[in-house]
Amino acid sequence: MTSTVPIPQGIPLQRVQPFDPPTDLTALRDERPVSRMIYPDGHEGWLVTGYDAARAVLADVRFSSRRELIRSPISLDVPPQRLEPAPPGAMIVTDPPEHTRYRRLLMGQFTVRRMNQLTPRIQQITDDHLAAMRKEGPPADLVRSFALPIPSLVICELLGVPYETRDEFQRESAVLFDLHIKAEQRQAAATKLERFLQDLVEHKRAEPGDDLLGGLVTGSDLTDEELTNIGLLLLIAGHETTANMLALGTFALLQHPEQMAALRSEPELAVNAVEELLRYLSIIHIGPMRAATEDVEIEGELIRAGESVTVSVPGANWDSARFPEPEQLDITRRATGHLSFGHGVHQCLGQQLARVEMRIAYPALLREFPTLGLAVPAREVPLRTDMAIYGVHRLPVTW
Amino acid sequence: MFVEANPERCCGAGMCALAAPEVFGQDEEAGTVLVLASPPDVEHWEAVQDAVQLCPSGAIRIVMSRVDEQPI
Repeated sequence: MTSTVPIPQGIPLQRVQPFDPPTDLTALRDERPVSRMIYPDGHEGWLVTGYDAARAVLADVRFSSRRELIRSPISLDVPPQRLEPAPPGAMIVTDPPEHTRYRRLLMGQFTVRRMNQLTPRIQQITDDHLAAMRKEGPPADLVRSFALPIPSLVICELLGVPYETRDEFQRESAVLFDLHIKAEQRQAAATKLERFLQDLVEHKRAEPGDDLLGGLVTGSDLTDEELTNIGLLLLIAGHETTANMLALGTFALLQHPEQMAALRSEPELAVNAVEELLRYLSIIHIGPMRAATEDVEIEGELIRAGESVTVSVPGANWDSARFPEPEQLDITRRATGHLSFGHGVHQCLGQQLARVEMRIAYPALLREFPTLGLAVPAREVPLRTDMAIYGVHRLPVTW
Repeated sequence: MFVEANPERCCGAGMCALAAPEVFGQDEEAGTVLVLASPPDVEHWEAVQDAVQLCPSGAIRIVMSRVDEQPI
């Protein structure tokens, strides 16, 4: 196939506008939605940017998630053990049946019904943080006052993590997600987090309590190592994702005043607005990554066994063949079917929790702060282009 | 139309229960898919189609008659 768009060297991350996917990525998608890509280690693999192709890859069990098979599409200073098989319990980098065994132990804890039952508590946590923000400001950093603490407190309560320890946890997990950090620093952070979870598991063995980790301690035959890795995964996933959606989503609403006004006047639009913000923002901007375990043809391209495949969520969610005028933030559009929580058996286990949190938090913020606005020019909002999950580092707001 | 679910394939994402709550539920303990109404009411057909499309693990499907039933 002839192509005018050059084969990318690693996944394009350079953005022109804060909310639009990198233009190199969308140009590539429009020309070749399943494209070759040169990985930073020299491997000639693939980058999938089209919606249909992304879904096809993620649903196909011939594409493995095993850590020792997948490659990073960005240049990372990684400790060498990344290339070894996943430790027991690190289920996102495993395949069925190993993955299935762990996932089945957790599925019942994250049902739509159970997550909806958390509504009053999440509402309370949200109201408390908004009241505290009002007392301290204006101005305020929306990340520190609102976006980070709300999902953080919710996941800590759900898992049974003492909330007093969250600062340490957040500091170390931020290091883990920093793309420019040195291998030794990342390793040190990973070790600290692991020890943190090991201590927690030990504590739960002694006093299980009425929470998710306590339930796993008493209700399963998982080893301490497995419990530690599962806990680590849930805690990190529960923090970094929703927090970035809340902050970047608020920034996007502030930059689209007509959309913000619509959501403020009709809070019941939140259900739909959350799906559209998930699509529009596509904060998982690097991966998911897979590796072909046999030759697979996707949209006429032959992916050979052993080759790495990186799926671009922003690419897929901004594919005009699936979502017309993808560059328009439209909280009334049908945005379900976006790939922001992934697809296939690894699709986000906590997605129904994330939905409930966002459906509560965005309308509450808009209701409590009718004059909310940025406290700095939009171009000065520091973007997380340098982090594994996209978003804003800070969002200075006033009212 | 009828709906079929295979709890063995289910990964508990909850998309069916979210998209078509009158037709699909989730087992309280296991978190796996439950069919609540087959055949579903006509007014829920569109939601059922959405649910099938959204299911990440291909654990639910539409069949035109019970004669077509085979393991997913």
